Amino acid sequence: MKISTLFYVLKQGIKNIFRNAWFSLASMATISACLLLFGILFAVVANFQNMVKTAEEGVSITVFFEEGISEAKIQAIGDLIVKRTEVRKATYISAEEAWESFKDDYLGEYSDGFTENPLADSAHYEIYLSDVSLQGNLVTYLESLEGVRKINKSEITATTLSGVNALIGYVSVGIIIILFAVSIFLISNTVTIGISVRKEEINIMKYIGATDFFVRAPFVIECIIIGAIGSMLPMVLIYGIYNNVVQYVEDKFQVLSRILNFLPASEIFRFLIPVSLILGIGIGFLGSFTTVRKHLKV
Amino acid sequence: MGLFRKSHTKKMPENDIIVMKDVTKTYSTGAPALDGIDLTIHKGEFVFIVGDNGSGKTTLIKLLLHELLPTSGEIYVNGQDITRLRSRQIPIYRRNLGVVFQDFRLLKDRNVYENVAFAQRIIQVPGRLIKKNVPNVLSLVGLAGKYKAKPKQLSGGEQQRVAIARALINRPPILLADEPTGNLDPKISWEIMKLLEQINQKGTTVIVVTHNKEIVNEMQKRVITMRKGVIVSDEEKGGYIDED
Repeated sequence: MKISTLFYVLKQGIKNIFRNAWFSLASMATISACLLLFGILFAVVANFQNMVKTAEEGVSITVFFEEGISEAKIQAIGDLIVKRTEVRKATYISAEEAWESFKDDYLGEYSDGFTENPLADSAHYEIYLSDVSLQGNLVTYLESLEGVRKINKSEITATTLSGVNALIGYVSVGIIIILFAVSIFLISNTVTIGISVRKEEINIMKYIGATDFFVRAPFVIECIIIGAIGSMLPMVLIYGIYNNVVQYVEDKFQVLSRILNFLPASEIFRFLIPVSLILGIGIGFLGSFTTVRKHLKV
Repeated sequence: MGLFRKSHTKKMPENDIIVMKDVTKTYSTGAPALDGIDLTIHKGEFVFIVGDNGSGKTTLIKLLLHELLPTSGEIYVNGQDITRLRSRQIPIYRRNLGVVFQDFRLLKDRNVYENVAFAQRIIQVPGRLIKKNVPNVLSLVGLAGKYKAKPKQLSGGEQQRVAIARALINRPPILLADEPTGNLDPKISWEIMKLLEQINQKGTTVIVVTHNKEIVNEMQKRVITMRKGVIVSDEEKGGYIDED
């Protein structure tokens, strides 16, 4: 193919957007509306998951040791613990450190009356999990270890968090699938109607000897551009809405600032922009390619 | 021209440009639209195909355009059997035909120049040649001054002239005109027919499907009359035969 033909086809694709202004606007609006819903849903789900993840990271198991156990034995148990895949981080707190921390937190100057460490047997490991749903496995393992006296854990927190996480995952996947199905139906309908109106134009081109490529290329280019623009418009909108909503919630609900841990906009859009662009362009390409094909058999 | 596989070419008398052999076309609805048509058209001829509605004229044109395939029989254009074309060869074959329709079939959103130039763009003629060829062919059809106009700004006769210019610009050996005067008043119809005659005199084979008795009778060209899918009359310098 000649370069001049390529430029001609490109130019026609761009001109078509203006020639069929209503079709272009309707298609862009449909793509934008669908991707706006997708974007909002994604931002909400990503933030929920982030909050749950932050909460999960705070869930810990505390392992206490039997009285009189040697430091070497505690070290050996610690080595075994950190090797476990369920463990993200394990911190050793000696009896002295535990007492110092307790004094600082609760006793202050009243601690002078204590001559001995009342927490002599409170050396322990604080274990943070890589995945809270694995807490049960780890506890069973820890219980089987010789020298372990007691394990403090929060069964309810772990179960609730892993349940919420799974629920968010399932619900969001479900909604995204439904949203996609509806979007593809709406967009392909818009494209089908828009291109069917131009069936005659396609017929004329075919009668005078245009190849399928020559007929199809401007339509495909037109719809790709429409898809790209249609996918970027909601990004601009979501960006504005997101920053304002986050700012508002953070100002209004400062009490909940430890729970409401929002992702920065850049984090959301690093994923959302390429995905939306790919979806917009993909839908434009597939929609036009398949619809024009139906009319090419002349 | 390298378009056809060798096995589908046939040695024809050099002067025969279209040959149909025992061509039948039956639609799924039942009765044959064409029934055992044998027809030869020579290079440089001007041929009228006449007949009432349902006589098979349009089916015949559609077969020549490769819009339809015959149920049986062979169709040779320039010695090549067009019933055996591969789908990617069809556009290249169609570039041998100039086509003019009753409803003009112009691209409504493009001006006269672009409508005519389009036929050259699809065969990738360089831009500088298109700029030279389009004004030439527009002069030939008497529309040199209207190259910027959109189809809706033109009269029916002018639109048909644009369609003829588009059909001619690639210098096809055959011009097919399906009811070219069907939407035009008598005066304009005559102008269009005179234009087609001029084109024929320059060597293009012209096939005109029409209902227009006056024109057929006046022009004294070869007339093929069809009725119920068969050729009932084929006369040199013939006239329009009414069904009654």
